[in-house]
Amino acid sequence: MQNHFPENEAFYKALSKRYGIATVWQILFLSALLLAILSLTALIYNVIDGAFGYIAYEYKNDPSEFTSTPINELTKEELLTILKNNLSTGAYKKLDNEQAMSTRSQADLLNLFLERLIQIDTKQTWSMTESILKGEKIRQETKTNYPEARIEFRSWLTPQFLVSPMSSKAEFAGVRTAVLGSLWLVGIAIAFALPIGTGAAVYLQEYAPKNWLTSIIQTNINNLAGVPSIVYGMLGLAVFVRWLEPFTSGSMFGITDTNGRTILSAGLTMGILVLPLIIINAQEAIKAVPDSLRQASFGVGATRWQTVWHHVLPNALPGILTGSILALSRALGETAPLIVVGASTFISVDPDGPFSKFTALPIQIYQWTTRAQSEFHAIAASGIIVLLVLLLTLNATAILLRNRFKQKY
Amino acid sequence: MENNNQYAIETQALSIHYGNFTAIKNVNIKVEKQKITAIIGPSGCGKSTLLRAFNRMNDFVSGCSVTGEIFLHGQNLYGKDVDPVEVRRKIGMVFQKPNPFPKSIYENIAWGARINGFKGKMDELVENSLRHAALWDEVKDKLQESAYALSGGQQQRLCIARTIAIQPEIILMDEPASALDPISTLRIEELMQELKKNYTIIIVTHNMQQAARASDFTAMMMIDDQRAGGVIEFDDTKKYSLAHLINAPKITSQADLVKADKEHRL
Amino acid sequence: MMNFDLRKKPRLAESLIQTLLFLAGILSIFTTLAIVYELGKEALLFFNNPDVTFVKFFSGTKWQPSIGNYGIWALVSATLTTSFIAIFISLPLGLAVAIYLSEYASLRVRSILKPILEVLAGIPTVVYGYFALLFVTPILQNIFGESIQVYNMLSAGLVMGIMILPLISSMSEDALSAVPRSLREAAFAMGATKVETSLQVVLPAALSGIGAALIVGISRAVGETMIVAIASGAGPNFTFNPIQAAETMTGHIARISGGDLSYNSIDYTSLFAIALMLFLVTLVLNLISQWVVNRFRERYE
Repeated sequence: MQNHFPENEAFYKALSKRYGIATVWQILFLSALLLAILSLTALIYNVIDGAFGYIAYEYKNDPSEFTSTPINELTKEELLTILKNNLSTGAYKKLDNEQAMSTRSQADLLNLFLERLIQIDTKQTWSMTESILKGEKIRQETKTNYPEARIEFRSWLTPQFLVSPMSSKAEFAGVRTAVLGSLWLVGIAIAFALPIGTGAAVYLQEYAPKNWLTSIIQTNINNLAGVPSIVYGMLGLAVFVRWLEPFTSGSMFGITDTNGRTILSAGLTMGILVLPLIIINAQEAIKAVPDSLRQASFGVGATRWQTVWHHVLPNALPGILTGSILALSRALGETAPLIVVGASTFISVDPDGPFSKFTALPIQIYQWTTRAQSEFHAIAASGIIVLLVLLLTLNATAILLRNRFKQKY
Repeated sequence: MENNNQYAIETQALSIHYGNFTAIKNVNIKVEKQKITAIIGPSGCGKSTLLRAFNRMNDFVSGCSVTGEIFLHGQNLYGKDVDPVEVRRKIGMVFQKPNPFPKSIYENIAWGARINGFKGKMDELVENSLRHAALWDEVKDKLQESAYALSGGQQQRLCIARTIAIQPEIILMDEPASALDPISTLRIEELMQELKKNYTIIIVTHNMQQAARASDFTAMMMIDDQRAGGVIEFDDTKKYSLAHLINAPKITSQADLVKADKEHRL
Repeated sequence: MMNFDLRKKPRLAESLIQTLLFLAGILSIFTTLAIVYELGKEALLFFNNPDVTFVKFFSGTKWQPSIGNYGIWALVSATLTTSFIAIFISLPLGLAVAIYLSEYASLRVRSILKPILEVLAGIPTVVYGYFALLFVTPILQNIFGESIQVYNMLSAGLVMGIMILPLISSMSEDALSAVPRSLREAAFAMGATKVETSLQVVLPAALSGIGAALIVGISRAVGETMIVAIASGAGPNFTFNPIQAAETMTGHIARISGGDLSYNSIDYTSLFAIALMLFLVTLVLNLISQWVVNRFRERYE
């Protein structure tokens, strides 16, 4: 055979060209990865950037109308007197009913004073980066544009933000109602989906015969995991909100002041949504239990259920719980189905049971993000930080759980 | 290092380690050109590891390191400035299980030639390679069909064809017939005898009969008490001292082969 | 003497439990049936409206059910545009990431990089929406000027691409890892470089698995709601121009159902018609991808 291949010099030349091409590709692969990491960094930076920064605001009413003491030095007693003297009797009573005024903290009362009496009027807000890089310029701009305005560096994410209910004023709004709503929702979802999902997984792994019905169930579960969440919202709207209204609104139980758009409806919708995820994860966990264990159990005369209950489930439990936590974090972040099922956009009363109207953390973030005023974007960013911290905690728990029980087999 | 024309490849104090574990210890062999050299020995003695050292396939195993030298044309394959890609271009390999690419039969052969900068007529090269691998008549009408449609034996011959298409100097074969039926095995062995006219072949086998039938030289490997493999004997196959190799039955027909294979497979 | 009777005895508790477990298993079938039934029922009400015809629905380009415009294309155009941009971004990037992770990265590097991608996959879509509206759109406006509207499909599509990237990369990586080692060795033994092996041997061999990843990615993009609801625009608009605002099918459902909606109105039933379409499209896509993945798995097992 004649040799048509490049040899020696020619080969080296060709080879170095091939290596050149290889390097270009490798750089491309790596830059795709860097781009992904960069996006994540940009996203996190964007959120943090929005949650802190300068704010320029004016007092609608001068504090000197109410007191001669500087605002920062007001004591709790002084504040109580001021509020009592200047708020209308009705408004004061309403506040007192929500939480007795005398038991409230100084910071809480100060907020009430600022919100109700002085009334802050935000002129402009700046992001953290702007505030740090162009602080001097911002001050001067504010002086020329709003001579009356005060300017201060504000953290929108404060302890106050965590415990305050919703408010129409961004400066005083908080996520308490939303966080409580989210916890209720996720609680109902998991209470519904965990037992059923585990049961379904046990059935499919331990009981189901290999036939067409089983394979249809399996395919169907995999498919349900890929159905868009908003479709689940539509299902929840039709079934839980409308069809089962007597049950989900609580009218069956004598509760009259709500319709079907309750925490219960939303929680069940979320439950249906995460069910396939829980089943698939639980199946994996059950699959990982070695067969020798089952055989040992059968060998001493246990029935199938005894085997499942005493040996398979206890050993699969960490895996099932890990999967459930992951499903839980999915439910915590879901927004679209809640909108469809009818989350309330403005609600400042804590949910007090499954038949309450509700809002949820991602709903609040959505609402605030879509507002035009920049101060709402700032609290949306703070809300996102709260949500991400919650999710991170959940996922860290899942990872810990997984690592703790990993070495078992 | 003087380069004796008689030898295709030689090793000097070659040892191979996986991390702290020494898998191959102090191998010194000289492989003659245009001959078939068999490496035999019990499982786990490092036959494949040694074979894969010859074209630096061990580079892909993390933690694998090589000491000592392997010389090709007087150049150490593990020298600092040696490019493993070029080494593999010169030293081809056929694997234990047939592993054709999931491409057409034609592409399986053309691909390697193309990436190596082949300048001639591709159709000719494909035909010649397939002819040399004794596969042409079976596949000439279905060159565009998937290589996966072929039988195991045909696939293995396709792998040989693809290796000779890039015209290496040495062909390494790692138990090339172990996944095949006896008839396919015989065809591969016949093919090896044809190929040695142009190429040097080093074959790993766990079948001593095969070594006796097909090889000119045999390297016998064993493991020592530290579980490190080494070549304990290296000689002309005909002069081999192991009794059962000398007494190997003469193979004249396929039926003999089937019988011999059943009796003596290790 | 001991009672030694090996005949089957009825075990009531055992059978009861088995029945309950079976019911749990079959509930998922009922979920699917309920989706089809409920969406179908309301969608039927919508199509039974004398004013609505299939021709109008599938050919019209104006969507205002309350005044008799039922052209779904006004919403489909935005869904297609945003999904296309998302896939255009996430497929090449996801594939490149997958090749890097599967063919290049060492075990240690992978153990660092994979969790980062998982974090990216775990971020709620409403957060991505915030990111699209308040980070990406301003940047786009800085680069391309004010021709980019505040709400635009480009920004929503780009961010959706970032959201889908981890999905595509992890599915593709699975497909690449499933390609047997022997194929890589064969390529290396012929003197191929790493890139030649990865792109010309491993990638083609994993193509069907990657196809499945692509299909799942499309299905995810079509069904994604929050990013488009926040960043892409609020109002049906028949356009494929990415710098314009337009509402997708999902975004439309979210906006209309979030408002005050009375049951049995044409607005209400029309949402179910859209949702049914969404469901069917994603169902078909998911089924295809599962089928592809299963076939792919068999081939290398």
